[in-house]
Amino acid sequence: MLSRTAANLYWLSRSMERAECLARILDATNRLASLPQSEGEITNEWDSAVVTAACADAFRMNYEQANEQTVTEFLAFSPHNPASIRNCIDTARQNARAVRTALTVEMWDAINGAWHELKSFEGRRLSRDDFSRFLAFVKQASLAYDGSAYRTMLRNDGYWFSRLGILIERADATARILDVKYHVLLPEKERVGGQLDYFQWASILRSVSALTSYYWVYKESVKPWLVADLLILNRQMPRSLASCYENLSRYLDDLAQFYGRQGNSQRIARAMLTKLSNLTMDDIFQGGLHEFIQSFIADNNGLGNAIAEQYLT
Amino acid sequence: MAAVAFDEMRSANGQIRAAYLVLSDWLKRVPSDVLDYRRREAETIFRRTGITFAVYGETESTERLIPFDIIPRILTAREWAFLARGLTQRVKALNAYIHDVYTRREIIRAGIVPEDLVYQNPVFRPEMNGKPVPHDSYLQIAGIDVVRTGEDQFYVLEDNTRVPSGVSYMLENREIMLRLFPELFARHTVAPVENYTDDLLATLKSVAPNTAPGDPTVVILTPGIFNSAYFEHSFLADKMGVELVEGRDLFVKSNVVYMRTTEGPKRVDVIYRRVDDDFLDPLVFRPDSALGVPGLMSAYHAGQVTIANAVGTGVADDKAVYSYMPEIVKFYLGEEPILSNVPTWRCREPEHLKEVLSRLPELVVKEVHGSGGYGMMVGPAATKETIELFRNKLLREPKGFIAQPTLALSTCPTFVESGVAPRHVDLRPYVLNGRDRVRIMPGGLTRVALNEGSLVVNSSQGGGTKDTWVLDR
Repeated sequence: MLSRTAANLYWLSRSMERAECLARILDATNRLASLPQSEGEITNEWDSAVVTAACADAFRMNYEQANEQTVTEFLAFSPHNPASIRNCIDTARQNARAVRTALTVEMWDAINGAWHELKSFEGRRLSRDDFSRFLAFVKQASLAYDGSAYRTMLRNDGYWFSRLGILIERADATARILDVKYHVLLPEKERVGGQLDYFQWASILRSVSALTSYYWVYKESVKPWLVADLLILNRQMPRSLASCYENLSRYLDDLAQFYGRQGNSQRIARAMLTKLSNLTMDDIFQGGLHEFIQSFIADNNGLGNAIAEQYLT
Repeated sequence: MAAVAFDEMRSANGQIRAAYLVLSDWLKRVPSDVLDYRRREAETIFRRTGITFAVYGETESTERLIPFDIIPRILTAREWAFLARGLTQRVKALNAYIHDVYTRREIIRAGIVPEDLVYQNPVFRPEMNGKPVPHDSYLQIAGIDVVRTGEDQFYVLEDNTRVPSGVSYMLENREIMLRLFPELFARHTVAPVENYTDDLLATLKSVAPNTAPGDPTVVILTPGIFNSAYFEHSFLADKMGVELVEGRDLFVKSNVVYMRTTEGPKRVDVIYRRVDDDFLDPLVFRPDSALGVPGLMSAYHAGQVTIANAVGTGVADDKAVYSYMPEIVKFYLGEEPILSNVPTWRCREPEHLKEVLSRLPELVVKEVHGSGGYGMMVGPAATKETIELFRNKLLREPKGFIAQPTLALSTCPTFVESGVAPRHVDLRPYVLNGRDRVRIMPGGLTRVALNEGSLVVNSSQGGGTKDTWVLDR
């Protein structure tokens, strides 16, 4: 397979996944911002959304203040933010056009349909209702793409590259969403483990559609270390870092077997999976959750680079 | 307008010609709303498969459908056998001419083709001078445009020897006709065209350089998704099962061409390029081209890769060279040309120019290097202003033009707004010239001028296409 074709499939999937992730971040932020606060408290959910989406610098170049309007505009619709939802869907379609024949009809329809529907939300002021319909649409589009790929693609290198794109992006997203809590300051009068703290953790779970899963798995009220366990170490949870790496490692091994050659990316993925398998939540909290996440994000980027170097260029 | 045109269904005395008996009967019985319904169905299918073309010069909505006419054009086996012989001969002569122009130049020394016509031609490639190409094969894929004016009168209108396009329409038109009108196929024996892509692949493999392995690797080189013919490029790659590459997917190392794949560099032996000469290699041609492959020409000269068609084949398809084709056929093959040329005045010759200027309103004037129906004037259909405009152009730059009588192109029944009516057509058969043999799909792309009386069949100017049937017996 041409490296360019593989790269197109990889980035197409990454872009769709990223669009979904941004929608989830915006959703979570909306929830956090609407939590009841006492008079005069200053909270910074919208700042944290920008940090979580990893585009704080670009944001500050375009806007003075982070609030609902500016952040929503920047993350969802701005043509100036290369990784806005709008641009992600646009990039996905461009990649898809370039490898049209490597896609199944269903995949193309999912992307092309999303691209056309996107236009109906653009260029006008969206009410809160409209905006939440927009976020639902983005999540639907990503699901439709993911599902069509899963159900219709041949299981060969093309499929594996598209999965790798999704999983690298998803691991990154899960880590960042978990980090939201680090960036959202608890107001001084609130105590850790208090009412607001609890709501914030629950919102994070909701944003990754995992609140129900949480109760199923832990059968108790929301506790920070269990939320972290679910999103980091628990392999039953398909968005967890461990689950992403279980699959990354598997698809990379499939590729290596298919091509008859191992490389750097296989080694990195396997090392990461081993590390995640041997960790406990105690280890993570002792070293600091935020520090763990930051180093994970860097390692995950490293794997992305290794895949690009080994296959996509 | 020119004299009454020859109609391929109904001869001058009103009789239905044998090839059209079944179709004519069917057309009489089928209600026009059924035809209309089928036409819309065809359009839907075309849209869904994404067959569109871009029109240069239009900024908005650059993707359009080429109108498709659902009434097939029918040729008999006998007519086709004649055409196929003529096309084979023509393509062999064209290949010999290109080879000669870049090597011994015998035809110039013999005084048959004037020197300046070759060397001052902007598409002459000095880089190819004296350079061998694998198997002396230059022209592998040719589109020879043919028009008809009578029962046995076929003329070659022009030779396309660079990157002729449109073959995907020939294939898709047939595909759609098979879906829409199975009953019509059941009542005819129509020669198949589906194996074109197999033949194309066999032709390309046959001209692989001797350095290539037993089963050579073929790729299609496209300028990319913004090219107007991108659909065709990806269509052909898909059907042939070869990679569709862009310039950046290829690189040259030690004069060998490789493509970048997920399994590392893979050697490429034959490049079916759909990129013009100018953009092939920025080290040799346009340095600003991002579409090409640096070093490609040096690999080519080293005999490590075949480029199809060869670089510089444009010297054979300008309209001034065209006028010498009868002599070219005789010179290389020692045979009388089977297919006639349209009589052509070369405005570069003062006698011819005088004659042309005196009869301008009845002639067709074409730019020597023009194509796609641009830069031409059809005298009988032109306004006074246009005719004067061309008169001035001719006086200023006579070398840039040729003129021909306005031919009464044959007509075929065509489904238009007013019902079924005759419209003028031409034919582009696709000729594949391999090292082993010449392969021609029975049929080709019939283009039809949908506007009543119009003789311009180009898709950019209101032309449509038809499926072309060659009856097996």
